[in-house]
Amino acid sequence: MKRISIVVGTLALVLGAFAAAMFYYQNQKGQERTETAKTNSASLVQFHSPSMGPADAKVTIVEFFDPSCEACRAFYPYVKSILAENPQKVRLVLRYAAFHQGSDVVVKMLEAAKIQGLYWQSLEAVLKAQPEWAQHGNPQIERVWDILKVVQLDVDKAKRDMENPRLDAILKQDAQDIALLQVNKTPTFFVNGKPLLANSPDALRAMVLQEINASYP
Amino acid sequence: MSHDRGMVSSRQWGLLFVGWLLAVVSTVGSLFFSEVMDYVPCVLCWYQRIPMYALAVILGIALVTQDVNVVKYAQPLALIGVALAAFHSLLYLGYVPKGIQPCSQDIPCSEVKLQVWGFLTIPLMSLAAFLAIVVVLFLLKRSKP
Repeated sequence: MKRISIVVGTLALVLGAFAAAMFYYQNQKGQERTETAKTNSASLVQFHSPSMGPADAKVTIVEFFDPSCEACRAFYPYVKSILAENPQKVRLVLRYAAFHQGSDVVVKMLEAAKIQGLYWQSLEAVLKAQPEWAQHGNPQIERVWDILKVVQLDVDKAKRDMENPRLDAILKQDAQDIALLQVNKTPTFFVNGKPLLANSPDALRAMVLQEINASYP
Repeated sequence: MSHDRGMVSSRQWGLLFVGWLLAVVSTVGSLFFSEVMDYVPCVLCWYQRIPMYALAVILGIALVTQDVNVVKYAQPLALIGVALAAFHSLLYLGYVPKGIQPCSQDIPCSEVKLQVWGFLTIPLMSLAAFLAIVVVLFLLKRSKP
Protein backbone atom coordinates (compact mmCIF):
# COMPACT_ATOMS: atom_id res chain seq x y z
CA MET A 1 0.00 0.00 0.00
CA LYS A 2 2.83 2.34 0.81
CA ARG A 3 4.25 1.76 -2.67
CA ILE A 4 0.98 2.67 -4.35
CA SER A 5 0.82 5.91 -2.40
CA ILE A 6 4.34 6.73 -3.60
CA VAL A 7 3.24 6.20 -7.22
CA VAL A 8 0.05 8.22 -6.86
CA GLY A 9 1.80 10.95 -4.90
CA THR A 10 4.58 11.24 -7.48
CA LEU A 11 2.06 11.41 -10.29
CA ALA A 12 0.19 14.19 -8.49
CA LEU A 13 3.47 16.02 -7.95
CA VAL A 14 4.44 15.81 -11.63
CA LEU A 15 1.02 16.97 -12.78
CA GLY A 16 1.08 19.77 -10.22
CA ALA A 17 4.47 20.88 -11.53
CA PHE A 18 3.05 20.85 -15.06
CA ALA A 19 0.13 23.05 -14.04
CA ALA A 20 2.40 25.47 -12.16
CA ALA A 21 4.83 25.71 -15.09
CA MET A 22 1.93 26.27 -17.47
CA PHE A 23 0.53 29.04 -15.30
CA TYR A 24 3.93 30.70 -15.02
CA TYR A 25 4.70 30.36 -18.74
CA GLN A 26 1.35 31.71 -19.90
CA ASN A 27 1.60 34.58 -17.47
CA GLN A 28 5.06 35.47 -18.81
CA LYS A 29 3.89 35.18 -22.42
CA GLY A 30 0.82 37.31 -21.71
CA GLN A 31 2.97 40.07 -20.22
CA GLU A 32 5.33 39.91 -23.20
CA ARG A 33 2.45 40.14 -25.66
CA THR A 34 0.95 43.08 -23.78
CA GLU A 35 4.30 44.86 -23.84
CA THR A 36 4.77 44.16 -27.57
CA ALA A 37 1.34 45.55 -28.32
CA LYS A 38 2.06 48.64 -26.21
CA THR A 39 5.38 49.44 -27.93
CA ASN A 40 3.87 48.89 -31.38
CA SER A 41 0.45 50.44 -30.79
CA ALA A 42 0.90 52.66 -33.87
CA SER A 43 0.84 49.51 -36.01
CA LEU A 44 -2.58 48.36 -34.80
CA VAL A 45 -4.77 50.50 -37.04
CA GLN A 46 -3.89 51.84 -40.47
CA PHE A 47 -5.77 54.42 -42.47
CA HIS A 48 -6.70 51.85 -45.12
CA SER A 49 -8.07 49.30 -42.65
CA PRO A 50 -11.77 48.48 -43.13
CA SER A 51 -13.81 49.31 -40.07
CA MET A 52 -17.35 48.83 -38.82
CA GLY A 53 -19.03 50.99 -36.22
CA PRO A 54 -18.78 54.68 -35.33
CA ALA A 55 -15.37 56.31 -35.80
CA ASP A 56 -15.67 58.05 -32.41
CA ALA A 57 -16.36 54.84 -30.48
CA LYS A 58 -14.13 54.66 -27.43
CA VAL A 59 -13.66 50.90 -27.66
CA THR A 60 -11.85 49.53 -30.71
CA ILE A 61 -11.54 45.85 -31.50
CA VAL A 62 -8.72 45.12 -33.92
CA GLU A 63 -8.97 41.71 -35.52
CA PHE A 64 -6.16 40.17 -37.55
CA PHE A 65 -7.90 37.67 -39.77
CA ASP A 66 -7.50 35.41 -42.76
CA PRO A 67 -10.47 34.80 -45.07
CA SER A 68 -9.43 31.12 -45.37
CA CYS A 69 -9.24 30.55 -41.61
CA GLU A 70 -11.99 28.41 -40.08
CA ALA A 71 -11.62 29.92 -36.63
CA CYS A 72 -12.06 33.43 -38.09
CA ARG A 73 -15.26 32.24 -39.72
CA ALA A 74 -16.45 30.75 -36.44
CA PHE A 75 -15.62 33.95 -34.54
CA TYR A 76 -17.35 36.28 -36.98
CA PRO A 77 -20.96 35.96 -35.69
CA TYR A 78 -19.76 36.55 -32.12
CA VAL A 79 -17.83 39.66 -33.12
CA LYS A 80 -20.87 40.94 -34.97
CA SER A 81 -23.16 40.36 -32.03
CA ILE A 82 -20.72 42.11 -29.68
CA LEU A 83 -20.93 45.13 -32.00
CA ALA A 84 -24.71 44.90 -32.20
CA GLU A 85 -25.07 44.68 -28.42
CA ASN A 86 -23.02 47.83 -27.92
CA PRO A 87 -23.92 50.27 -30.69
CA GLN A 88 -22.14 53.68 -30.64
CA LYS A 89 -19.53 52.36 -28.23
CA VAL A 90 -17.60 49.71 -30.12
CA ARG A 91 -15.79 49.77 -33.44
CA LEU A 92 -14.26 46.85 -35.32
CA VAL A 93 -11.12 47.26 -37.42
CA LEU A 94 -10.06 44.40 -39.67
CA ARG A 95 -6.46 43.66 -40.53
CA TYR A 96 -5.23 40.98 -42.88
CA ALA A 97 -3.09 38.05 -41.87
CA ALA A 98 -3.04 36.16 -45.17
CA PHE A 99 -1.29 33.07 -43.85
CA HIS A 100 -3.00 30.48 -46.05
CA GLN A 101 -2.23 29.74 -49.68
CA GLY A 102 -4.42 31.93 -51.90
CA SER A 103 -5.59 34.17 -49.07
CA ASP A 104 -3.73 37.17 -50.48
CA VAL A 105 -5.79 36.94 -53.67
CA VAL A 106 -9.05 36.74 -51.71
CA VAL A 107 -7.96 39.75 -49.65
CA LYS A 108 -7.47 41.69 -52.88
CA MET A 109 -10.93 40.61 -54.06
CA LEU A 110 -12.38 41.96 -50.82
CA GLU A 111 -10.48 45.21 -51.20
CA ALA A 112 -11.77 45.48 -54.77
CA ALA A 113 -15.30 44.96 -53.42
CA LYS A 114 -14.62 47.74 -50.92
CA ILE A 115 -14.06 50.16 -53.81
CA GLN A 116 -17.61 49.33 -54.95
CA GLY A 117 -18.94 49.86 -51.43
CA LEU A 118 -19.73 46.17 -51.01
CA TYR A 119 -17.06 45.24 -48.48
CA TRP A 120 -19.03 43.80 -45.57
CA GLN A 121 -21.57 42.00 -47.75
CA SER A 122 -18.71 40.44 -49.71
CA LEU A 123 -16.83 39.47 -46.57
CA GLU A 124 -19.89 37.77 -45.13
CA ALA A 125 -20.60 35.91 -48.37
CA VAL A 126 -16.98 34.76 -48.64
CA LEU A 127 -16.90 33.57 -45.03
CA LYS A 128 -20.24 31.84 -45.34
CA ALA A 129 -19.11 29.92 -48.41
CA GLN A 130 -15.63 29.29 -47.02
CA PRO A 131 -15.93 25.45 -46.95
CA GLU A 132 -16.61 25.53 -50.71
CA TRP A 133 -13.45 27.36 -51.75
CA ALA A 134 -10.90 27.27 -48.93
CA GLN A 135 -9.70 23.67 -48.77
CA HIS A 136 -6.20 23.83 -47.36
CA GLY A 137 -3.49 23.18 -49.92
CA ASN A 138 -6.07 23.31 -52.72
CA PRO A 139 -7.93 26.63 -52.60
CA GLN A 140 -10.51 27.20 -55.35
CA ILE A 141 -10.00 30.93 -55.75
CA GLU A 142 -11.97 31.20 -59.01
CA ARG A 143 -15.10 30.02 -57.21
CA VAL A 144 -14.94 33.10 -54.99
CA TRP A 145 -16.00 35.21 -57.98
CA ASP A 146 -19.21 33.19 -58.27
CA ILE A 147 -19.83 33.73 -54.58
CA LEU A 148 -19.30 37.48 -55.00
CA LYS A 149 -21.82 37.71 -57.83
CA VAL A 150 -24.50 37.11 -55.20
CA VAL A 151 -23.79 40.52 -53.63
CA GLN A 152 -24.14 42.23 -57.04
CA LEU A 153 -20.42 42.85 -57.39
CA ASP A 154 -19.25 44.17 -60.76
CA VAL A 155 -16.73 41.39 -61.30
CA ASP A 156 -15.07 42.91 -64.37
CA LYS A 157 -14.46 46.17 -62.57
CA ALA A 158 -13.26 44.31 -59.48
CA LYS A 159 -10.76 42.35 -61.57
CA ARG A 160 -9.40 45.59 -63.01
CA ASP A 161 -9.22 47.20 -59.57
CA MET A 162 -7.28 44.21 -58.26
CA GLU A 163 -4.40 45.20 -60.49
CA ASN A 164 -4.05 48.45 -58.58
CA PRO A 165 -0.67 48.45 -56.79
CA ARG A 166 -2.38 50.14 -53.86
CA LEU A 167 -3.83 46.73 -52.92
CA ASP A 168 -0.35 45.20 -52.83
CA ALA A 169 0.71 48.04 -50.60
CA ILE A 170 -2.14 47.24 -48.19
CA LEU A 171 -1.09 43.59 -47.96
CA LYS A 172 2.52 44.61 -47.49
CA GLN A 173 1.68 47.09 -44.76
CA ASP A 174 -0.46 44.53 -42.93
CA ALA A 175 2.32 41.94 -43.21
CA GLN A 176 4.77 44.44 -41.71
CA ASP A 177 2.45 45.19 -38.81
CA ILE A 178 1.93 41.46 -38.23
CA ALA A 179 5.68 41.07 -37.84
CA LEU A 180 5.92 44.02 -35.45
CA LEU A 181 2.98 42.89 -33.33
CA GLN A 182 4.12 39.25 -33.48
CA VAL A 183 0.77 37.99 -34.69
CA ASN A 184 1.17 34.30 -35.55
CA LYS A 185 -2.34 32.94 -35.26
CA THR A 186 -5.66 33.93 -36.72
CA PRO A 187 -7.83 35.38 -35.45
CA THR A 188 -5.76 37.59 -33.15
CA PHE A 189 -7.70 40.28 -31.32
CA PHE A 190 -6.65 43.49 -29.64
CA VAL A 191 -9.14 45.52 -27.63
CA ASN A 192 -8.09 49.14 -27.13
CA GLY A 193 -4.51 48.10 -27.81
CA LYS A 194 -4.42 45.18 -25.39
CA PRO A 195 -4.07 41.65 -26.75
CA LEU A 196 -6.82 39.13 -26.08
CA LEU A 197 -4.90 36.39 -24.28
CA ALA A 198 -7.50 33.60 -24.08
CA ASN A 199 -8.73 33.08 -27.63
CA SER A 200 -12.43 32.48 -27.00
CA PRO A 201 -15.59 34.43 -27.88
CA ASP A 202 -16.54 34.69 -24.21
CA ALA A 203 -13.15 36.10 -23.29
CA LEU A 204 -13.46 38.64 -26.11
CA ARG A 205 -16.92 39.70 -24.95
CA ALA A 206 -15.73 40.03 -21.35
CA MET A 207 -12.74 42.12 -22.43
CA VAL A 208 -14.92 44.43 -24.55
CA LEU A 209 -17.37 44.89 -21.66
CA GLN A 210 -14.49 45.71 -19.34
CA GLU A 211 -13.21 48.36 -21.75
CA ILE A 212 -16.72 49.78 -22.19
CA ASN A 213 -17.09 50.09 -18.44
CA ALA A 214 -13.73 51.82 -18.22
CA SER A 215 -14.35 54.19 -21.16
CA TYR A 216 -18.03 55.01 -20.49
CA PRO A 217 -18.26 55.42 -16.72
CA MET B 1 7.21 -18.14 -3.29
CA SER B 2 9.36 -17.18 -6.28
CA HIS B 3 6.47 -15.76 -8.30
CA ASP B 4 4.81 -14.00 -5.42
CA ARG B 5 4.33 -10.43 -6.55
CA GLY B 6 4.97 -9.17 -3.08
CA MET B 7 8.52 -10.45 -3.33
CA VAL B 8 9.85 -7.59 -5.43
CA SER B 9 12.78 -6.26 -3.45
CA SER B 10 12.90 -2.63 -2.57
CA ARG B 11 15.95 -2.21 -4.80
CA GLN B 12 14.01 -3.63 -7.74
CA TRP B 13 11.01 -1.51 -6.98
CA GLY B 14 13.25 1.52 -6.67
CA LEU B 15 14.77 0.87 -10.11
CA LEU B 16 11.32 0.41 -11.61
CA PHE B 17 10.25 3.65 -9.96
CA VAL B 18 13.18 5.57 -11.44
CA GLY B 19 12.44 4.19 -14.92
CA TRP B 20 8.78 5.07 -14.62
CA LEU B 21 9.53 8.55 -13.33
CA LEU B 22 11.86 9.19 -16.28
CA ALA B 23 9.10 8.14 -18.70
CA VAL B 24 6.42 10.20 -16.94
CA VAL B 25 8.54 13.35 -16.78
CA SER B 26 9.48 12.93 -20.44
CA THR B 27 5.86 12.45 -21.40
CA VAL B 28 4.64 15.44 -19.44
CA GLY B 29 7.60 17.52 -20.64
CA SER B 30 6.90 16.75 -24.30
CA LEU B 31 3.27 17.71 -23.78
CA PHE B 32 4.43 20.98 -22.23
CA PHE B 33 6.49 21.75 -25.34
CA SER B 34 3.63 21.03 -27.73
CA GLU B 35 0.53 22.09 -25.80
CA VAL B 36 1.79 25.01 -23.72
CA MET B 37 4.74 26.35 -25.69
CA ASP B 38 3.08 25.62 -29.06
CA TYR B 39 6.08 23.84 -30.57
CA VAL B 40 4.54 21.68 -33.27
CA PRO B 41 6.04 18.16 -33.00
CA CYS B 42 7.74 16.95 -36.19
CA VAL B 43 7.34 13.40 -37.51
CA LEU B 44 10.46 12.13 -35.73
CA CYS B 45 9.23 13.66 -32.47
CA TRP B 46 6.00 11.72 -32.84
CA TYR B 47 7.89 8.48 -33.49
CA GLN B 48 9.80 9.04 -30.23
CA ARG B 49 6.62 9.90 -28.37
CA ILE B 50 5.08 6.54 -29.27
CA PRO B 51 7.51 4.37 -27.21
CA MET B 52 7.90 7.00 -24.46
CA TYR B 53 4.16 7.34 -23.80
CA ALA B 54 3.80 3.55 -23.85
CA LEU B 55 6.67 3.23 -21.35
CA ALA B 56 5.00 5.68 -18.98
CA VAL B 57 1.91 3.46 -18.93
CA ILE B 58 3.42 -0.03 -18.77
CA LEU B 59 6.11 0.88 -16.24
CA GLY B 60 3.39 2.49 -14.11
CA ILE B 61 1.31 -0.69 -14.23
CA ALA B 62 4.41 -2.76 -13.36
CA LEU B 63 5.04 -0.50 -10.35
CA VAL B 64 1.55 -0.96 -9.01
CA THR B 65 1.31 -4.68 -9.75
CA GLN B 66 4.95 -5.21 -8.67
CA ASP B 67 5.82 -7.05 -11.84
CA VAL B 68 9.51 -7.25 -12.75
CA ASN B 69 8.69 -9.15 -15.95
CA VAL B 70 7.86 -5.79 -17.50
CA VAL B 71 11.55 -5.54 -18.51
CA LYS B 72 10.85 -8.00 -21.31
CA TYR B 73 8.28 -5.65 -22.86
CA ALA B 74 9.73 -2.31 -21.85
CA GLN B 75 13.34 -2.80 -22.93
CA PRO B 76 12.56 -3.15 -26.69
CA LEU B 77 10.47 0.02 -26.55
CA ALA B 78 13.28 1.90 -24.82
CA LEU B 79 15.83 0.65 -27.37
CA ILE B 80 13.63 1.74 -30.27
CA GLY B 81 13.43 5.12 -28.58
CA VAL B 82 17.22 5.32 -28.28
CA ALA B 83 17.60 4.57 -32.00
CA LEU B 84 15.06 7.23 -33.02
CA ALA B 85 16.41 9.86 -30.63
CA ALA B 86 19.98 9.16 -31.74
CA PHE B 87 18.99 9.57 -35.39
CA HIS B 88 17.17 12.79 -34.59
CA SER B 89 20.13 14.15 -32.61
CA LEU B 90 22.50 13.35 -35.48
CA LEU B 91 20.12 15.14 -37.82
CA TYR B 92 20.22 18.18 -35.52
CA LEU B 93 23.99 18.13 -35.43
CA GLY B 94 24.16 17.94 -39.20
CA TYR B 95 25.60 14.42 -39.52
CA VAL B 96 22.62 13.12 -41.47
CA PRO B 97 22.23 14.48 -44.99
CA LYS B 98 19.05 16.52 -45.30
CA GLY B 99 18.01 14.48 -48.34
CA ILE B 100 17.12 11.46 -46.25
CA GLN B 101 15.21 13.14 -43.48
CA PRO B 102 11.68 11.81 -43.41
CA CYS B 103 9.88 15.09 -42.77
CA SER B 104 7.57 17.42 -44.54
CA GLN B 105 8.46 20.97 -45.46
CA ASP B 106 5.92 22.42 -43.08
CA ILE B 107 7.51 21.07 -39.91
CA PRO B 108 11.16 20.30 -40.60
CA CYS B 109 12.73 17.89 -38.11
CA SER B 110 16.07 19.66 -38.44
CA GLU B 111 14.80 23.00 -37.16
CA VAL B 112 16.29 23.62 -33.71
CA LYS B 113 13.50 24.92 -31.51
CA LEU B 114 15.11 25.05 -28.13
CA GLN B 115 18.60 24.94 -26.73
CA VAL B 116 19.12 24.90 -22.99
CA TRP B 117 22.59 25.95 -21.85
CA GLY B 118 23.65 26.18 -25.48
CA PHE B 119 23.67 22.45 -26.23
CA LEU B 120 20.68 20.62 -24.72
CA THR B 121 18.13 20.26 -27.51
CA ILE B 122 14.82 18.41 -27.34
CA PRO B 123 16.11 15.30 -29.23
CA LEU B 124 19.12 15.21 -26.91
CA MET B 125 16.83 15.29 -23.86
CA SER B 126 14.87 12.45 -25.45
CA LEU B 127 18.07 10.47 -26.10
CA ALA B 128 19.24 10.95 -22.51
CA ALA B 129 15.88 9.83 -21.12
CA PHE B 130 15.67 6.72 -23.31
CA LEU B 131 19.29 5.79 -22.52
CA ALA B 132 18.68 6.22 -18.79
CA ILE B 133 15.60 4.00 -19.02
CA VAL B 134 17.62 1.35 -20.89
CA VAL B 135 20.26 1.39 -18.15
CA VAL B 136 17.67 1.19 -15.38
CA LEU B 137 15.88 -1.71 -17.05
CA PHE B 138 19.20 -3.48 -17.62
CA LEU B 139 20.07 -3.18 -13.95
CA LEU B 140 16.60 -4.39 -13.08
CA LYS B 141 17.02 -7.48 -15.27
CA ARG B 142 20.32 -8.36 -13.58
CA SER B 143 19.09 -7.77 -10.08
CA LYS B 144 17.83 -10.60 -7.88
CA PRO B 145 14.77 -10.34 -5.73
